[in-house]
Amino acid sequence: MDIHEYQAKELLAGYGIPVPRGGVAYSPEQAAYRCTAIGGSAWVVKAQIHSGGRGEAGGVKICHSDHEVEDAANGLFGKRLVTRQVPAGKCVYRVFVEETVDIKQELYFAIVLDRAAETISVIGSAQGGMEIEELAESDPDALVRVTVEPAVGFLEFQARELAFALGLAPSQIAKSSQLFRAAYRAFRDLDAALLEINPLAVTAEGDLVALDAKMSFDDNALFRRPDVAELRDRSQEDPRESHAADRGLAYVGLDGDIGCMINGAGLAMATLDMIKISGGEPANFLDIGGGASPERVLKAFRAVLRDEKVKVLLVNIFAGINRCDWVAQGIVDAFDQLDVAVPVVVRLAGTHVDEGQRIIRDSRLPIVTADTLAEAAEQAVASAAVARRTTTG
Amino acid sequence: MAILLTEESRVLVQGITGRIGQFHTEEMLAYGTQVVGGVTPGKGGETVLGVPVFDTVKDAVAQTGANASIVFVPPPFAADAIMEAADSGIRYCVCITDGIPTQDMMRVKRYLLRYPAADRMRLTGPNCAGTISPGRAMLGIMPGHIYQPGRIGIIGRSGTLGYEAAAQLKALGLGVSTSVGIGGDPVNGSSFRDILELFAQDSATDVVVMIGEIGGPQEAEGARFVAEHMGKPVVAYIAGLAAPKGRKMGHAGAIVSAAGESAQEKVEILTAAGITVAENPSVMGATVAQVLTSHGLTGAVA
Repeated sequence: MDIHEYQAKELLAGYGIPVPRGGVAYSPEQAAYRCTAIGGSAWVVKAQIHSGGRGEAGGVKICHSDHEVEDAANGLFGKRLVTRQVPAGKCVYRVFVEETVDIKQELYFAIVLDRAAETISVIGSAQGGMEIEELAESDPDALVRVTVEPAVGFLEFQARELAFALGLAPSQIAKSSQLFRAAYRAFRDLDAALLEINPLAVTAEGDLVALDAKMSFDDNALFRRPDVAELRDRSQEDPRESHAADRGLAYVGLDGDIGCMINGAGLAMATLDMIKISGGEPANFLDIGGGASPERVLKAFRAVLRDEKVKVLLVNIFAGINRCDWVAQGIVDAFDQLDVAVPVVVRLAGTHVDEGQRIIRDSRLPIVTADTLAEAAEQAVASAAVARRTTTG
Repeated sequence: MAILLTEESRVLVQGITGRIGQFHTEEMLAYGTQVVGGVTPGKGGETVLGVPVFDTVKDAVAQTGANASIVFVPPPFAADAIMEAADSGIRYCVCITDGIPTQDMMRVKRYLLRYPAADRMRLTGPNCAGTISPGRAMLGIMPGHIYQPGRIGIIGRSGTLGYEAAAQLKALGLGVSTSVGIGGDPVNGSSFRDILELFAQDSATDVVVMIGEIGGPQEAEGARFVAEHMGKPVVAYIAGLAAPKGRKMGHAGAIVSAAGESAQEKVEILTAAGITVAENPSVMGATVAQVLTSHGLTGAVA
């Protein structure tokens, strides 16, 4: 789960990490009020969306009066910001107004889950401000990487080594290593999956300040982090995905016209591959998970069909803990209770497959059945081509 | 032989009194697996499907001589259950539970290292379908009937895609020595490499199929082992060629996060290691059949 910059800064401030003074605003008037409350003579107005690269997308404005702040905020609210990371863009509903900071140097600091080492890694660089992917490509030696032993945590000497490696002055070593370790504690205690402070600014006075902050969290751990779970902002999610998630279904929205209902992420990816190889484009995929009841299958049908791009629905179930007869019953119920206006292709295999196929057959519904993965994908792609011709011609 | 699991394995079910644990215990018993006990703290003394339930794994091991376990414990308590098994003399543990926090799994991995290699429990999963040695024993949640006994080893991150592979093999008259689900989570008990090492030494396995996905470094690590030490043909499929970069595909394991982790890059790495990569997921079985033929093997059980 991702959160906004201002939320990440509030969390980090709670661990003693210095951040500029600032406040979130939901309206241009509130933004103007925030800058007056902060004081000073210059402010940054930053669009709060779940994406990096906001600056180059025009989501960050420097202002010198409360009128400028209000105008800048006015220009951002309701705007769809298109960034390099999110080509479809995300809508701005909140802005963050912050005091400006006199920057002498920009550093990069991040904490990540390191899958290769199966632990947490801390990454730093003296070259802050740019995207880490670019830096990793252009100058990989500029990245300093420290592996944390989870049993003892991020040790003082490791933080000190990092501080020296980033070229900080002797007078800054103690406070910077303190900051690094505080960030590690936040990461560990909040079950984060990513923490990035970029840039971590060194001010003209020699202090360190987190100028930008990004945090995302391990979804599997949200059950024990209710304070983090509360920070979820649905306006930043694909509404198709939130709708499904609220019903306990895992949904991924894509851009084609074949809706997919599958069990298991691996089979789902393989099915999407097969659709592409057969010349089609998936509109989405929905994972019905294990042990899906007919009611759950019905809900899944509804969630997939909510997407207006869907011209064909492909159901590919290889049942292990699922039961083909339950899935088949759910499909028949969906035809009964929903307005299923698109062709449906069904491939069932595994547990109780014979009963499942019998239920589909006996229903006499206009369902195309397939025995193999390849056949299912081909049928779906062919039906989608027919549907496209019908709509355009 | 098979790897990890045979008809001799004496199995404990951790979380046996839950609805899911009970359902799969029944299936595993029906398959012929020796389920000798169950563990649910506070329910010691009860029986489930004729299987005695114990309060602790140590009690269960002492009373039943169990040497393998399967974990159906809910996510908040699953890591603890795995570590309890490791401390009680269990040799092989499969964790089925989906949704364990990553930091909990990191702790589990470190905890296992406190035992010398000879005494260390082997863990596969979490978030997997388990392990089956067809015709001998099943330690998982898979539909047993889709696996025919044979000489092909399967290692996969995804449960249902593993079923797909087994069904394709069976349709071609080919069977499986052991199929191992290593799970889709970012931190898992055993990697492709760990299981490839076991198959390399298994005289009952002629060819190994590895079914990978986008994201994570373990396919590339497995490929290095194949190039340097395997000595048996390996066939692979990498799911996610069509996956958009950086999108979540339903579980945290499938995030394209760094160079060498996209499906295309993995296919290149595997091919360079001498692995035959199936062109698409519907020809995994056919690709194995071709590789068998080209190596003069039949895949038939002696």
